[in-house]
Amino acid sequence: MLDFIPSLPIASWVDEAVKWVTNTFEFFFDPVKDNFGWLLDTTAEYLSMIPPVVIILLVAVLAFFMSGKKFGLAVFSIIGLLFIENQELWSELMYTFTLVLYSSLLAVVIGIPVGILMSKSNTAESIIKPVLDFMQTMPAFVYLIPAVAFFGIGMVPGVFASFIFATPPVVRFTNLGIRQVSTELVEASDAFGATGQQKLFKVELPMAKPTIMAGVNQTIMLSLSMVVIASMIGASGLGRNVLSALQRAEAGAGFVAGFAIVILAIIIDRLTQNLNKPNQ
Amino acid sequence: MPVIEVDNLSKIFGKRSKEALSLLDEGLSKEEILKKTGCTVGVNRAKFQVEAGEVFVIMGLSGSGKSTLVRLLNRLINPTAGDVYVHDDNLSTMNKEQLRRVRREKMSMVFQKFGLFPFRTVLENTVFGMEVQGMDKEEREKKATEALELVGLGSFIHQYPSQLSGGMQQRVGLARALANDPEILLMDEAFSALDPLIRKDMQDELMDLQEKMQKTIIFITHDLDEALRIGDRIALMKDGSIVQIGTPEEILMNPANDYVEKFVEDVDRSKVLTAENIMMRPETVDFDKHGPRVALERMREQGLSSIYVIDRTRQLKGYVNADDVLEARNNQVTSLKEIIKNDMPTVEKETPVQEIFDIIHDSPVPVAVTEEGKLRGIIVRGTLIAALANVNGNGVEDNA
Repeated sequence: MLDFIPSLPIASWVDEAVKWVTNTFEFFFDPVKDNFGWLLDTTAEYLSMIPPVVIILLVAVLAFFMSGKKFGLAVFSIIGLLFIENQELWSELMYTFTLVLYSSLLAVVIGIPVGILMSKSNTAESIIKPVLDFMQTMPAFVYLIPAVAFFGIGMVPGVFASFIFATPPVVRFTNLGIRQVSTELVEASDAFGATGQQKLFKVELPMAKPTIMAGVNQTIMLSLSMVVIASMIGASGLGRNVLSALQRAEAGAGFVAGFAIVILAIIIDRLTQNLNKPNQ
Repeated sequence: MPVIEVDNLSKIFGKRSKEALSLLDEGLSKEEILKKTGCTVGVNRAKFQVEAGEVFVIMGLSGSGKSTLVRLLNRLINPTAGDVYVHDDNLSTMNKEQLRRVRREKMSMVFQKFGLFPFRTVLENTVFGMEVQGMDKEEREKKATEALELVGLGSFIHQYPSQLSGGMQQRVGLARALANDPEILLMDEAFSALDPLIRKDMQDELMDLQEKMQKTIIFITHDLDEALRIGDRIALMKDGSIVQIGTPEEILMNPANDYVEKFVEDVDRSKVLTAENIMMRPETVDFDKHGPRVALERMREQGLSSIYVIDRTRQLKGYVNADDVLEARNNQVTSLKEIIKNDMPTVEKETPVQEIFDIIHDSPVPVAVTEEGKLRGIIVRGTLIAALANVNGNGVEDNA
């Protein structure tokens, strides 16, 4: 019935666009691929070189102090990490951690300023919001395709795809946190003659800190959830073990690798949750 | 030579404000303008002068535009038309940098809900104004400490605001505003969030301070009692316009129009209203269940200096005051029964408001309203006055 409208060649347009971007920005993508890829590999390798015992102890001490001198999380970390070491997944764990670390860092470093911009300008908010919706709801597999086109295969496109998937929460929470600062506090800061910058750093960001930290926590969790998907384009780590177990229908190996991801997730989550304790 | 001169100052909220402004000049009322343009008139051609060292009270009910007016004075809200002069400088035409300098050096503000930064200690809150000016740390902390000592908080400088009672928090707000020794103090319903008894203490203290400091104070309130107590001159506002400006005596003796007249002496209302009409929900503790710690916590939360005690069936048993409770807690007394007092004024639900005047006059605690011995509500001075000040006749104003 609707035959009179010919099928729009959207797919081929997107193909053309990706091809164009790949070729035009090759000068940018290539060095990023090489240098950033080198950084990721080196970080993971160095982490793998540290004896596991040292890392386990460090994490346990960190957990003890960050959870307010309680033993629960510290004990869990020791047992969980020893289990991973015992299953001979330690170097995979280090690669996964590296992937999560860099994609979360990138998301936070870019996400918080974007969130601030969004909170300061209604125009910016109305433009950025649908972009964030798009980033979060577009199936994550779809990002892998241009990621491979831009950066080849390996860790770098994995970080890229995780970054796109994981950035929205930190942007949204930063925006929300700043907009939620009570009018009276904003007025107080204006009435005493604070500049815009002073208001942001001395009043708005400290007030919004618990909310922003909740966003950071979400971002880290989301980037961790991308680990398996990123392994499909060659990112090393625990995800690769899950993927290969899937391909060979090895339920046991899949379970062990998956369980290791869960342990890592719980440790990181509980650690970062302690960062968003409310203000005095 | 006035310190502040306000000339034809108007603020209209809404998209078609220019159009609304010309309608205002044609003499249309607030309602007509709202109907025609969808704009709300916040302040309508206000005009007054404030002399150095004067306490100028702007009073009106909620929605009369008094809070908007005070924000126009330091341009937290930009005026639609008109001028504000501080000495000879016109704030309305200043650029951001000049405006910032005036806010930093000449005027500071105290807020209704205190406006304290919860993540900063008392001292860090107090230095805020000087910190944004770039004053060096040692000097600003010295000045802030002096200001805090002035308001009696010298020993609390390293506490956080949440650790202080409402009255103490507002002292911090006041200290912060005074720390840099500004010429003008803007106080937006500064004591309205406080329990009436503490409010009275704060008013007295402000008067004492004013005797020493001789600041120019613009004080916003909806409480006639407060306005009469502290104002050198009072401006009464209604629907965004100033209806009368005068000394407390002038306003009481020669009300400019019916509105003011009703405001200050609504004698008939006091005869028809009964205690039940104006009472507020009481804050109580149950002495069968609660001990000094709970009583103290409730008083701290609500900023009260005393609290009524009831039993399981809401029978009124008496009251306890903060000092006694504190002492009881320190002496490890666990029951409130030992420190309870019974000399509170009590009225029945049906008692006419007029009779409550005499009772409330010298009472250290709010009047208890009872029905068959059960506590139904309390009445504080502020509620009583506000009930009389409410001219619409359709109930008591809720934020009294």
